[in-house]
Amino acid sequence: MPEWLLITLLILAKLGLVFFVLLTLAAYLVLAERKILGRMQLRPGPNRVGPFGLMQPLADVIKLLTKEDFIPDQADKWLFMLAPGLAAVTALLTFAVVPFGPPLTLFGHEVPLVVCDLNIGVLFFLGLSSLAVYGMTLGGWASNSKYALLGAIRGLSQLISYELSMGLALVPVVMLARSFSLNDIVMAQADVPFALVNPLAFLIFLISIVAESKRIPFDLPEAENELVAGFHTEYSGMRFGLFFVGEYINLIILGSMLTVFFLGGWMGPFLPGIVWFSIKVLLVCFFFIWVRGTLPRLRYDQLMHFGWKILLPLSLLNVILTGAFLLWRQG
Amino acid sequence: MATYIFYILGIIAVVATAMAITRRNPVHSIIYLVNSFFALAMLFYLLGAPLVAAWEVIIYAGAIMVLFLFIIMMLELSPGERADRQGPGPLQWLPVLLLGAALIGCTLLLLKLDPAGSQNIPTWYASPRDFGYVLFHEYALAIEIVSFQLLFAAVGAFYVGRAGGRKEAGGIK
Repeated sequence: MPEWLLITLLILAKLGLVFFVLLTLAAYLVLAERKILGRMQLRPGPNRVGPFGLMQPLADVIKLLTKEDFIPDQADKWLFMLAPGLAAVTALLTFAVVPFGPPLTLFGHEVPLVVCDLNIGVLFFLGLSSLAVYGMTLGGWASNSKYALLGAIRGLSQLISYELSMGLALVPVVMLARSFSLNDIVMAQADVPFALVNPLAFLIFLISIVAESKRIPFDLPEAENELVAGFHTEYSGMRFGLFFVGEYINLIILGSMLTVFFLGGWMGPFLPGIVWFSIKVLLVCFFFIWVRGTLPRLRYDQLMHFGWKILLPLSLLNVILTGAFLLWRQG
Repeated sequence: MATYIFYILGIIAVVATAMAITRRNPVHSIIYLVNSFFALAMLFYLLGAPLVAAWEVIIYAGAIMVLFLFIIMMLELSPGERADRQGPGPLQWLPVLLLGAALIGCTLLLLKLDPAGSQNIPTWYASPRDFGYVLFHEYALAIEIVSFQLLFAAVGAFYVGRAGGRKEAGGIK
């Protein structure tokens, strides 16, 4: 087998595997969320389809695919159809830079367990997360419905506000690791994870990603009792499904980013790297679900004040303190 | 090869910008402008500056255009400005489709060619003084042209805004 064919096949296999695992995981995360929320509210959750309700995601997909694909009369059709795709694609692409294990050796080739180890991986993540705003906003605007528009405007201002503190919380990580590549950032945490080195940045990043995922207590863009369903009110069938899947993929992505930046990535004793990575990501996802089952929704002014008056100054201060600490340690 | 990609990207950027300033629907203009910024970002990548390309996407496409979109969504558009929302004929979606396809094609070519991805750019330090000297000495004419354009744009925006405001105020009276 020629060299280039082998390399191409390996890349394709890796891509297929990542896509398959990511989409399946997102589907089952929905089920896990419904089950765990059910338990927290003293009810069993979905348990009719298959053993323990394990076939529920499949049934949901079939239901969504066979539903009518409805487009509102006055909607901007082209944008309306494009928006869910934008939301799902930006979420899926981000996983390209996430290292999910130590390099493997297959057929005498060293295969790094990351789809593409960019030397500007952090910027790639930030860029895609700022582009992810478009799917939601254009969907809400194109629907030509006041609830969707209100939801989109809220979501837009929330995402750009919390993106700032999220990006600034990553600056100390880059300063400590001295690299923008996610692989190097994981390697730099071989001894101590950054969550222990810089707990303030960890906390800011954690809060910011909960806000970025648009979930309770920050779910103002889709606040059910005020806005019907927020920006995706007018969507039905698999277009709604794409928004939904995009949201859960985003959850996994944010979980893996937290793992990579602060929890030491795939580093860990005894077990293989991939297992450690999965455990950490799933724990973060569980934390997201737990928060959703526990906390009430914030008011909109509280959300904005918290983002701009507390998180942003704190993260700026943290950047300065980290810089001072690094200078002091250098001598 | 790189020259061809440069010209294709340049054409995409120019056409997308032209589409952006001729659309009646401001949201469509923004989408064309974002398209043009992507083409610009790839031009930077082609010139061997992946960092600038990343900034272009994060700052211009990801932050500034999002703010534009935010403002436009806050404006209540009158029915006339919403008129072209109904019929998405081929004239509406074909340009964006063609531009997008050309952009993706260029990305693939670029990735295959890889002018800068495999090697680090040497770091250059220029003092603000040297930088300013080169900027205002060698590129003085270009700077003047750009600054005049900005001035025209500012004056034009001010005039358009004022004229509309006066008419509206008169209508209310």
